[in-house]
Amino acid sequence: MKQELFEVQHAPLWEKLESELAEKKPRDTQFPQNFRTVCHHLALAKHRRYSPQLVDRLNALVIDAHHRFYQKNRRFRYQWLDFIVFEFPLAIRRNARFVLLALALFTLPLLVMGIGCYNNNELIYSVAPAEQVQSFESMYDPDAEKIGRERDSETDLAMFGFYIKNNIGVSFRTFAGGILFGVGSIFFLVFNGLSIGSVAGHLTQMGYTSTFYPFVVGHGAFELTAIVFSGAAGMKLGYALIAPGTLSRLDALRVAGRETVIIVYGSTLMLIIAAFLEAFWSSSAALPVAVKYSVGGCLWALVTIYFLFAGRAR
Amino acid sequence: MIQDKLDTGYLVETPEAIELSARLAGPVPRVLAYAMDFTIRTIVLLVIGLTFAFWGNTGIAVILLISFFIEWLYPVVFEVLRNGQTPGKKALGLAVVNDDLTPVTWSTSLVRNLLRAADFLPVGYAFGLVCMISNSRFQRLGDLAAGSLVIYRQAADKRAADLPDVPSQTPPLILNLEDQVAFTGFAQRHKQLSESRKEELATILEPLTQKSGGAAVRYVQGVGAWLLGRRQ
Repeated sequence: MKQELFEVQHAPLWEKLESELAEKKPRDTQFPQNFRTVCHHLALAKHRRYSPQLVDRLNALVIDAHHRFYQKNRRFRYQWLDFIVFEFPLAIRRNARFVLLALALFTLPLLVMGIGCYNNNELIYSVAPAEQVQSFESMYDPDAEKIGRERDSETDLAMFGFYIKNNIGVSFRTFAGGILFGVGSIFFLVFNGLSIGSVAGHLTQMGYTSTFYPFVVGHGAFELTAIVFSGAAGMKLGYALIAPGTLSRLDALRVAGRETVIIVYGSTLMLIIAAFLEAFWSSSAALPVAVKYSVGGCLWALVTIYFLFAGRAR
Repeated sequence: MIQDKLDTGYLVETPEAIELSARLAGPVPRVLAYAMDFTIRTIVLLVIGLTFAFWGNTGIAVILLISFFIEWLYPVVFEVLRNGQTPGKKALGLAVVNDDLTPVTWSTSLVRNLLRAADFLPVGYAFGLVCMISNSRFQRLGDLAAGSLVIYRQAADKRAADLPDVPSQTPPLILNLEDQVAFTGFAQRHKQLSESRKEELATILEPLTQKSGGAAVRYVQGVGAWLLGRRQ
């Protein structure tokens, strides 16, 4: 068939498809069939050595249609609910080994340093400079009028911004460091464990328990777990490179990447919750300590139960 | 052999047995695109910083939140919502795609951009650059984990618009690709060749076309124009 006749015959279909693809949402139920027909036309045009311009035009059309046809599902309506109820806790339990390892890498240094600093009031200076220690001490001094960073409720909003930027940044870096064969994640987990443990031990030893623990107990349930999860996700990436199993290292990395991104989404969500709590709840000095402890305890229980049991029904 | 290694073409076969092709972008345009994005981000941050600096604590909150978004999510939002192109990539004609050449999704884009933090190490994107030049698809660490590629977005061919003003001619027989290129090239380069040279070239076909001089030029240009899509 001569090219001209071919074009005359099929151009209406191509134009129809082109205009349809220009719209955001195609509604034509014929779309899959038309897509395959145009694929066929492209193959014919190539085979019959029609002009490169025609082949290019058809090729561009096929690529556009291919993208539309195979686009990933981007519906958002109930996906977030599905994510919270099933996907996230299931992903955490599927990767329980990494989560437990990350938990150990975080809590052991925390405990060691906590006990160490409690017994030796000089030890904290091995991990933190003196000015920083002093600012911690003044922040949680029970004799001071305000606890937390020096603040009144007007600064809550500013602190919310600070917690978002700082804590989620730390979590992202803990995750990303994992691709270096897990080393980066391990480093950040141990480092965070050491510094948090040293502060806790030092302040306990100074007798500032009535300010420090009520402050951290509430948001800690979300913040500390989220950091551990990010570390676990990062180590999973690194492990895929170290022990790829039957896959190539590259494929193993990609499979791990797809799985860990679920955990990253979830941890980010938890850190946003933590930032809210830390800025607007933990900082309020007006509430009695008992209330803070009981709410904090409830939050810890909630988080634990959620990750142990959510999504079991599926 | 060496040509295979130097070739930046990338082919994917779809379920319809159609080959999609793309051209991979190397480190140099990508670094330039990054530099451009970096400049844009810095300027936006400066402007926002100066605007909200006098708003007290609310201002500080806004600055911190926006700087968080710009630091981590600026490329993600652009890549997913703007067809794989941040402003810097757009300026250089680059785009991010999944390695099956479909548009990037939120997850792909998020993974490749979060892992920037690892590519950055130990300083100035050193790991990322070394990784990029040591694999054949120019993927940095983030691209490897996300399964993404940076390709050249092909611009529409504009040369076709500038053709000599001649009636188009249906080719007398089916031409192979090489011959088609010769005809279209002749038509497209009508402004670069002198009249006598055009006549000289077109007259070579006289045994086939029975035309010479100006008539032969118009005929050959007409065939070229037809091949380029003109029908009149």
